[in-house]
Amino acid sequence: MSHTTLTTGRVRHSLAPWARIAGLAVCALLTLGPVIWTVSTSLRTPAESFDLPPQIVPSEPTVEAYRGVFAQIDVWLLALNSTLVTALIAVGQMITAGLAGYAFARLEFRFKKPLFALVLATMMVPLQVTIVPVFLVLKSMGLTDTLLGLIIPAFPTAFGTFLMRQYFLGMPKDLGEAAMLDGAGPWRVFRSVYAPLAAPGLAIVGVLAFNYHWNEFFRPLILETSGQNYTLPLGLVSLQGNLGTGSVSVVLAGVVLSMIPAVAVFVVGQRPLREGITSAGVNR
Amino acid sequence: MTNTQIPPARSQSAPRPPAALVRPSARERGTRLLATVFLAPTIVGIVVFTVVPIVGSVVLSLFHWNVIDSPRFAGAANYGEVFGDSTVLVSFRNTLLFMVLAVALQLLVALVLAITVNGRMPLWLRSVFRSAFFFPLVLSAASISVVMKYLFNQDFGLVNWLLGLVGIAPVPWLTSENGAMAAVILVYVWQQFGFSFLLFVGGLNNIPKEVHEAAALDGATGLRKHLHVTLPLLSPTLLVASVVGIINALQVFEQPYVLTNGGPGDSTRTVVMVIYETAFEQLRFGTASAVGVLLFVLIMAVTALQFRLSRRFVHYQ
Repeated sequence: MSHTTLTTGRVRHSLAPWARIAGLAVCALLTLGPVIWTVSTSLRTPAESFDLPPQIVPSEPTVEAYRGVFAQIDVWLLALNSTLVTALIAVGQMITAGLAGYAFARLEFRFKKPLFALVLATMMVPLQVTIVPVFLVLKSMGLTDTLLGLIIPAFPTAFGTFLMRQYFLGMPKDLGEAAMLDGAGPWRVFRSVYAPLAAPGLAIVGVLAFNYHWNEFFRPLILETSGQNYTLPLGLVSLQGNLGTGSVSVVLAGVVLSMIPAVAVFVVGQRPLREGITSAGVNR
Repeated sequence: MTNTQIPPARSQSAPRPPAALVRPSARERGTRLLATVFLAPTIVGIVVFTVVPIVGSVVLSLFHWNVIDSPRFAGAANYGEVFGDSTVLVSFRNTLLFMVLAVALQLLVALVLAITVNGRMPLWLRSVFRSAFFFPLVLSAASISVVMKYLFNQDFGLVNWLLGLVGIAPVPWLTSENGAMAAVILVYVWQQFGFSFLLFVGGLNNIPKEVHEAAALDGATGLRKHLHVTLPLLSPTLLVASVVGIINALQVFEQPYVLTNGGPGDSTRTVVMVIYETAFEQLRFGTASAVGVLLFVLIMAVTALQFRLSRRFVHYQ
């Protein structure tokens, strides 16, 4: 619905449509190639792992490598831990970032500038810089080697707040002013006017939070010492470490398994993302 | 702006004082209360889990500490150690080089693809391309680097086999200094460009249709339209994408750690790898904190510079 009108009539593109589409197709293939190779190799026998050209569809597909993964690590427990940690962080970040981003973009209050500068400054702080003191803070709270120790510190998100602020700033100011003229208070302006428009931005925050924390490796490695609190990436790395046999296909099978939930959320999250992207902007 | 018009009353139980007299302060108080409630979770969390640890890092950087013995005050000794350590200095050089090349490539690829995807094509095809381009984002950097290590293998990797098809001799990706840096950059950009792409696609769709129509009426098409119409309107998005891109690039860890473990030599050793090794392999927490503080200062400086420059180039609608 967006650009169909402008491509009719006098507007010409510098590139023929078929050339653009062919170029995009090549780029898409390059982007997905490593993933396709991973999936297909995980279904091949170890002896065929490095066949060139690779058989994209294995001649004799086998799930032997997947049996190997389940035999060597407790995939279900790891997946449960990863799911709990990731889902709670994603929801928490959407709430905190949505609220704080709105406050910075559209509310007037004292110390707004220094507080926003504080948020921006912390966005630039690498996790690795603060991991030792963070570990000590969590230890004083008794949260080391717990899943909560991973979850709670991840609720505030400087980047998400920044993203949501930009997002709210990009919305037309006169929408809120019109509502205020109609007598709406600050909460109502947020709830009825801007919050409904924020879904695409929140979806971005949620999807990114999910991706980041589902795949997170550094914090779990340092915080979680007992195996029952491991998340998937930690379990997979221990699988790689334990692999005396050096079976490429077992490693790749583990990679594929860890990808499945992330891909599922990615597919489900596409809808709000695409709807948001097309309906964002000024729909008056 | 002052509001003299009395709004349509929703409840008529109590007579209300004239709106113009009471409204502003009541609204201000309501706004401040709302702001406090909205900001509390973020600000409290940031203070406890980032500000306090930053101060902690600075304090730790002034001590010798291996976690086992009690800390000994070191003054600036850790910093002196850092500046005399060629590995640390090389890691800063590597990280800056990586940042410049990776972010430039990432933004360029994402921008070209986002604009191209937004051109005329069937809707289903557009969404297939969109999905494909930010798909790598959902993968774990650590495990995809394991995959890439196989693909970039000089002798039996798919990358060199493909290059061979177009007549390029096998590249020693992971075993030569330039090849290793190139491989780390390519793997990183392959995974990261989708994020910028996502932001750009969102930004492009936020540009009102009327603007494109007006540009078309003025005869602007193709590259000229994108340079003079699309880019300025997209500049707030470009700012977000480049700020985040640079901050992330300066923290690169998983790709070089898995692909090359910093080698060959120190050619792909990054600052965060040095922090990790110093703290968690050598248990020199004071020195690791000093490197961290320096990285923090570098990130602050680069970002401040960007915001200064952005005042000249970013246009908000």
